[in-house]
Amino acid sequence: MNLELTEEQRLVQSAARGFAAEQIAPRAAAIDRDERIPADILDGLASLGLFGVNLPDALGGAEAGVVAYHLAMREIARACASTAVTMAVTNMVGEVIAAFGDDETRRRFVPRLCDGTLRAGSFALSEADAGSDPGAMRTTARRDGNGWVIDGEKAWITSGTFAGVFVVWARTGEPGPRGISAFAVPADAGGLSVGRREDKLGLRGSPTTALHFDGCRVPASALLGEEHGGFRIAMMALDGGRIGIASQAIGIAEAALDAAILYAKERETFGAPLADRQAIQWMIADARTELDAAILLTQRAAWLKERKARFSREAAMAKVYASEAAWRICDAALQIHGGYGYTRELPIERHLRDVRVARIYEGASEIQRIVISRDLLR
Amino acid sequence: MNFELTEEQALVQQMARDFATKEVAPLARELDREGRWPTELVRRMGELGLMGVAVPTEHGGAGADAVSYALAMEEIARACASTAVIMSVNNSLFCDPLLKFGTEEQKREFLAPAASGDKLGCFGLTEPASGSDASHMATFAEKDGDHWILEGSKNWITNGPHADFILVFAAHDRHAGSKGTTAFLVPEGHPGFLPQPRDHKLGIHAAHSCTVFFERCRVPKAWQVGEPGMGFKIAMATLDGGRIGIAAQALGIARAALEESIAYSKERKAFGEPIANKQAIQFMIADMATELDAARLLTLRAAAMKDRGVRHTQQSAMAKLMASEVATRVAHKNIQIHGGYGYSVEYDAERHYRDARITEIYEGTSEIQRIVISATALKG
Repeated sequence: MNLELTEEQRLVQSAARGFAAEQIAPRAAAIDRDERIPADILDGLASLGLFGVNLPDALGGAEAGVVAYHLAMREIARACASTAVTMAVTNMVGEVIAAFGDDETRRRFVPRLCDGTLRAGSFALSEADAGSDPGAMRTTARRDGNGWVIDGEKAWITSGTFAGVFVVWARTGEPGPRGISAFAVPADAGGLSVGRREDKLGLRGSPTTALHFDGCRVPASALLGEEHGGFRIAMMALDGGRIGIASQAIGIAEAALDAAILYAKERETFGAPLADRQAIQWMIADARTELDAAILLTQRAAWLKERKARFSREAAMAKVYASEAAWRICDAALQIHGGYGYTRELPIERHLRDVRVARIYEGASEIQRIVISRDLLR
Repeated sequence: MNFELTEEQALVQQMARDFATKEVAPLARELDREGRWPTELVRRMGELGLMGVAVPTEHGGAGADAVSYALAMEEIARACASTAVIMSVNNSLFCDPLLKFGTEEQKREFLAPAASGDKLGCFGLTEPASGSDASHMATFAEKDGDHWILEGSKNWITNGPHADFILVFAAHDRHAGSKGTTAFLVPEGHPGFLPQPRDHKLGIHAAHSCTVFFERCRVPKAWQVGEPGMGFKIAMATLDGGRIGIAAQALGIARAALEESIAYSKERKAFGEPIANKQAIQFMIADMATELDAARLLTLRAAAMKDRGVRHTQQSAMAKLMASEVATRVAHKNIQIHGGYGYSVEYDAERHYRDARITEIYEGTSEIQRIVISATALKG
């Protein structure tokens, strides 16, 4: 057992940290307010290899592994959670296409996702009435000549307005999870249009939209993996995605805790810094402990994925623990900041808004607990 | 980064698991009910190298590392938390400081027999009026030529009624606070060293503890550990390691409770189906397992840092804090899942609950751990 980072992991971490501190953090409040991530930030992520951290060099990826991906996600999320989720979904989509696309599809999309040409990848699984239960989806794909025609509506699509490629799940067979297939669909496919943009509590810099498929035609090669094998692909992608979201939550909490520690040392009440009060010290001790536990759970899941071992239960543990701990930590940080924490002058209220979704997307906490207990009670 | 155990670590874990399952677990309920000191298990732990896991073989130990020690502790505690704490006091609180701070002669005379399990050690820091605030102790060491005379009392001394040696801390300069403390070794039977009858406690019934009196107890300078004034530093360094042991003890208790919850919930039916089918139970089990894994990772991280020889004060405190509080929560939920049976001594659930509770108190209460953790966090 050796929990030290490798040289390569440290390099990725420090490159992401430098970029996040210089280019992203100073603009994070504007990204949140203007509801837009500047193009040069996406370019910067791509040029650092952060759009394909765990993808092979041959497909344009950084091939740095899953632990490195976790480290980079944390650094980006510490500066801006909206930018981080764009990165997370792009990496996940790149990995799905690389793992399940045929050679042509892989070469068509993955290198251009990694180098930023496609702006971002997007993951289209959820529907208005099928979130935690994707087996209930109603979007369909039917064979038509040499290809497929997709019809239906998708919801909660991260990066919907600017993603260059979508992985879309649609029903190709029987009701339930065994009749679903996955497809790689370029944003310019005929019959695909972007719907209403959601007005959200947090992650306001990252557009979340509906997608409409109206006779959207894709070639046979768009099918990822086996016909009707889409549910398994979604579950595998989400296992990995949960490592990304756990890391995002950790990054947000790290930002909030750092700010709370600084503020506690500065701010005086009753003639002494807040940091001298045990009430405040206790919040910081619990935050630091839970944060370290979340980091270790996430790194363990990342390490298992990197070794190609089973990691579903571990990823679920990382996701549920990290997202819930991060939310508690952001709330404690706001409490320590008092009224200032509640204002937009400081980033604390943004952290608290941004972190809340980590308990919902890529499997709600309740889904993680089902995954964990099902594995244990088998 | 590699979470995999080394071959040696996996072997120690397996050996401890086999011993715990075959020899410790069958006795655990009886030991608890009768408050019986497990003489035969202490002897067996010595034979198996469990009394000095991380002590080099040339000093009588098993020559393994702190990670192996934590893994073994968890296995023993899963079977019997009392047996585990007897082991942890000898390993962490007696052998470890002697290995680090003892003279060659002390290592020969005191460390080697304790690490091999021929003799048993204990640790005297806490006093009736000073527990968490260890720098304000009343026990006094007065210089007398090339001897010291110890006067005072120590309490909650685990292993005290059966130990062959005590590592005891006394103030030699009352005005120097934490810098006025010195550590001493005293063997059982030495004039003036007087262990008292054992304490009666909520849990860990088989791990006997007692108050010990020092009445004009005259010890040679050869039994002084470290230099005069180093006592507090030795005690704190010792507790950095000890907290890993207690964290691992808490993990073992929690794991036993979790495993019982899983087994029972699959068996027990309510409203026509196993209670394992109910989300209320599933979610408790998911949280128990997640928190247990989090606590174990914190514990193994601290142990791995100790093995690398880097400072791990904050990491040990985090491990101890989380593991002990998780153990209490998990033991509590285990009783809840068992319902009335969990409250009955027919099942082990109530024993785990009683045993878990001490891990939030000894070797630094949760409050002391939070002071340690926040002090480090606020310093940076």
